[in-house]
Amino acid sequence: MTGVKWPRPALSLHDFSRRGLITAGTLAVGGLALGGCDKLSQSPGFVNTLDAAEGLTMGAQRLLLSARPLAREFQAKDISPVFKPNGSTMPSDDDYQAALANGFHDWSLKVDGLVNRPLNISMAQLKSMPSRTQITRHDCVEGWSAIAGWTGVQLGRVLHAAGLRPNARYVVFHCADDLEPSLDGSGRYYESLDLVDAFHPQTILAYAMNGQTLDVPHGAPIRLRVERQLGYKQAKYVMRIEVVDRFDKIGSGKGGFWEDRGYEWYAGI
Amino acid sequence: MSMDEPSDALPVDEPVLVSAAEPSTEPPPTPAPARKPAREVIYRHTLAVRLTHWINLFCITLLLMSGLQIFNAHPRLYWGQYGADADKAFIEMMATGSDMDHLSGVTTIAGHAFKTTGVLGASPGADHTLIPRGFPRWATLPSFQDLALGRRWHFALAWLFVLNGLAYLGFGLRNRHFSRDLAPTRQQIRPSHILKDIWDHMRLKHPRGEEAKSYNVLQKLTYLVVIFVLLPAMVLTGLTMSPGFDAVVPWLLDLFGGRQSARTIHFISANLIVLFVLVHVVEVFLAGVVNEIRSMITGRYVVPPEIHP
Repeated sequence: MTGVKWPRPALSLHDFSRRGLITAGTLAVGGLALGGCDKLSQSPGFVNTLDAAEGLTMGAQRLLLSARPLAREFQAKDISPVFKPNGSTMPSDDDYQAALANGFHDWSLKVDGLVNRPLNISMAQLKSMPSRTQITRHDCVEGWSAIAGWTGVQLGRVLHAAGLRPNARYVVFHCADDLEPSLDGSGRYYESLDLVDAFHPQTILAYAMNGQTLDVPHGAPIRLRVERQLGYKQAKYVMRIEVVDRFDKIGSGKGGFWEDRGYEWYAGI
Repeated sequence: MSMDEPSDALPVDEPVLVSAAEPSTEPPPTPAPARKPAREVIYRHTLAVRLTHWINLFCITLLLMSGLQIFNAHPRLYWGQYGADADKAFIEMMATGSDMDHLSGVTTIAGHAFKTTGVLGASPGADHTLIPRGFPRWATLPSFQDLALGRRWHFALAWLFVLNGLAYLGFGLRNRHFSRDLAPTRQQIRPSHILKDIWDHMRLKHPRGEEAKSYNVLQKLTYLVVIFVLLPAMVLTGLTMSPGFDAVVPWLLDLFGGRQSARTIHFISANLIVLFVLVHVVEVFLAGVVNEIRSMITGRYVVPPEIHP
């Protein structure tokens, strides 16, 4: 192999200025990059660019998850001694308080929207449906994890009972808790899933945790469990399930309480 | 001008010997006439290596800073499948104090508490008063507390980092960069040689002449560990923290001992990469900052001449 010939001496006086330029340029670009990151972070246009990665992540995960594998299920001995209740721990909503005082005996879960048969399902009816129990890991977006056992009805069974209309695309979960006190209801918790996750066998409406009736801090009377996604998707205090073709008119339009506050709608990472 | 001059001396209009693109396989160049010594310039880094190096630096800097932002949302690390507030933390950064006006930062590592006020646990906020924070504002992206934004930066850059890394691996395999430039030679892995190399590093003595045309053995081993252990560990432990990816590749949980162990290893590996970068930059300065940086920009590297007694 022959040597690479350069047209001029490798080093010359020009290098003084050139190396100065390179050094100054590198420092300037570096400084601007780091100082400018806060500015970029506050620019909606730039954040939208970063959001492109969310689509990439979701596309890649959906491709990899196309065989619908299950999230790992653990054994009873793996259960966390303490499962930290996060977010709301006692909804102040009047209807919720009344239902709670009554032990949720008269309470029912509404299923409506783009369905053929809108439903009101009582706790007794829900518990008479075939149930699924799964010991899974709950991953908070903050970074911590806790393991617990959940028993409930597969969401797919409830949706089949209601019968989806052809234009059904998303399932929205309306909750009883105001996580952020507000006058206009914008602080009300809600979440949404597409049908891929809604019909996953591990997506359940849980009414029991670690073999006990679900308590209020963990979301009584029912909470959503959508394993393979982060904690904020696991909506507590679910009062109503609405099937929709789009969710941009609900809340601030991003598909959930935390999504409206900047978090990813697809929370698989 | 003689060969004895330091490599920083800049001769003007002197003859220059340029040797091959593959320094380590090339026979030594013909010596220049004694009266007119030549500077030997080799083509040290291919365009692929140079490009991926700088893209990697960009990604790792911003990944580190956005990663610290994410860490700050829960500045505690655990071992095992689960771990939250009530569980035993193995590293923890927290603020203590009677009220918000009297905060101290405390970092606890394996039960040993260190006061780290001002940097870890509690550090100045936007108004310069101490606030509870794992890592300080200057280390995080964005500087203010915003987990959602930190995650957006982190996952966008993670894609670029992985694609850049794959491109580097592809080029490296195709042009035999790993076997030619990074694999230690049989001679280099002799214990006596390794000991000598350690001794040279301790004396801050850098190779010159023929020896300077290839990486020394400690350098090769360090690069190999970073490229094939630390950086892949970052990606794999990062993916292990994804509940979606865990369903696809559950054995990652067994490999790292659980999601919380993976998070801890992610943090430790990131620290080791920072340590590597610090040593790397110090070595660049010791070996001749202009020559080294230029070689990573233009590819051209001036071989430090042998020093004759």
